[in-house]
Amino acid sequence: MIELSHIHKYYNPGTVTEMCLFEDFSLQIAKGEFVSIVGSNGSGKTSLLNIICGSIPIERGSITIDGRDITSMKEYVRHQKIGRVYQDPSKGTCANMTILENMALADNKGKPYGLGRSVKKSRIDAYKEMLSSLNLGLEDKIHTRVGSLSGGQRQAVALLMATMTPIEMLILDEHTAALDPKTAEIIMELTEKIVREKKLTTMMVTHNLRYAVEYGDRLLMMHQGEAILDVSKEEKKALTVDDIMGTFNRISVECGN
Amino acid sequence: MALVISVLEQGMIYAIMALGMYITYKILDFPDMTVDGSFPLGAAISTVLIANGVNAYVTLPISFLAGLCAGTLTGIIHVRLKVRDILASIIMMTALYSVNLRIAGRANLPIYNFDNIYDNPVMNAIFPSGMKMVQPVVIIAVIMLLMKFLLDSYLKTKSGYLLKAVGDNETIVTSMGMDKGKVKILGLAIANGLVSFSGSLYAQQQRYFDASMGVGTAVIGLASVIIGMSLFGRVNLWGYTFAVVLGSVVYRACVAVAIRFGLQSTDLKLVTAALFLLIIVISRQLDRQGQRRVQKNLGNDKEEV
Repeated sequence: MIELSHIHKYYNPGTVTEMCLFEDFSLQIAKGEFVSIVGSNGSGKTSLLNIICGSIPIERGSITIDGRDITSMKEYVRHQKIGRVYQDPSKGTCANMTILENMALADNKGKPYGLGRSVKKSRIDAYKEMLSSLNLGLEDKIHTRVGSLSGGQRQAVALLMATMTPIEMLILDEHTAALDPKTAEIIMELTEKIVREKKLTTMMVTHNLRYAVEYGDRLLMMHQGEAILDVSKEEKKALTVDDIMGTFNRISVECGN
Repeated sequence: MALVISVLEQGMIYAIMALGMYITYKILDFPDMTVDGSFPLGAAISTVLIANGVNAYVTLPISFLAGLCAGTLTGIIHVRLKVRDILASIIMMTALYSVNLRIAGRANLPIYNFDNIYDNPVMNAIFPSGMKMVQPVVIIAVIMLLMKFLLDSYLKTKSGYLLKAVGDNETIVTSMGMDKGKVKILGLAIANGLVSFSGSLYAQQQRYFDASMGVGTAVIGLASVIIGMSLFGRVNLWGYTFAVVLGSVVYRACVAVAIRFGLQSTDLKLVTAALFLLIIVISRQLDRQGQRRVQKNLGNDKEEV
């Protein structure tokens, strides 16, 4: 279980531009839960992910995973147990390395990067099998530089790399936002498949309200550092895009937009 | 003939330094000026040790370790103290100038009367007397190739992959649960180890240490990497490291030809700098031509459709 308790987060503390984003924010996510998060720009969605991953510091509060306090843990240490896919497909892969080299790099996550040979011949078949599950024909291109793949193909490889090793949590930061609608659909279906197969605790930020409604066990709507909507299970199944669009419009009016 | 041999000797010695700069410039994308200090560092250490009776071969690993320390310090200044990359390396370069003088004890230290790795009883016994002239160049070639293959195999290890990844995309190193700062420090350490090692070979070939011998090292190294990558890196026959080695030899040949055509040895640094500028301009021109050719081909395809 992931637990954020009494989080306080300020931007530019101590200056005239000081802005409070989170004030006494708490959230619990059960093991294996797939949470989709929506909200307008600046509502704190991405900051929430960054706080969990340790990419930005917090002023007060604590973060625990399965009872283990990770609040003071460095970003890179936390990532040994967290998989993360970014909006920008180039962030999740190495452009100048081949698909095979990228897979080998990710395969060693959580273990020391020593002087052993990185690409093990015995693992190549396993990599090909994982790639063929994407149905993009990448298993025949393992010696291709990742930089010459399309954005969607790169994002699929990034998703695979993020979930290859045992992780406690998967973080998806608008991971379909930079893709065309058709490719976004494919990546979203792959995500669902991987999350369900591996029973991953997942947090997905998205601007696509339909994805937020269709996928995931629970839906959060963030607004000014608070979760103003939190529906799960049966209640979420009954939810439609129009329902959340309505809520969305209402808060926008309140903000004077 | 003597000119060709001297070009090969110096070209291959500088090639080891250029391999170091390949790590910083091409892999890490780090403009590392430390080399202007770590090249003479290796030279100073080995001349002093040789002058004090230490076996010449033993000075090679010691020089490598000294360079390793220099690179580590540049890395720490950049990563932990958050000083901009080029500034961190200039700070180390300047500091090393004095360190080198301290080590050598004076600005010029000759070792003409001592054995070195090219000229010693063992090597003189191995090589027949008819091969005296090529003895150093063969020894340099063996050592240079050994270093190239060591670097090649390192880059295939897990640690080597991480090094390639950090220059390509820092975020992925964090995603792999590793400290990107440490990886950068490691890369700078290995690079400067190679540079200092090369400085040791150079000092033993010249048979002296001179405090100013490091001036322009970065320029020579970058020129070698850029020539290598733009002339030989396109086909990538035996890997990029081999392209860098060839680049270094070609660059040495260009300098030798320029000096041959009436310039004096005092003009050496001017020639070094001017050639470097020329190479940057030409390699950009080659890139543009390549792009134009691609565009032209694409244009033709469209017409056919």
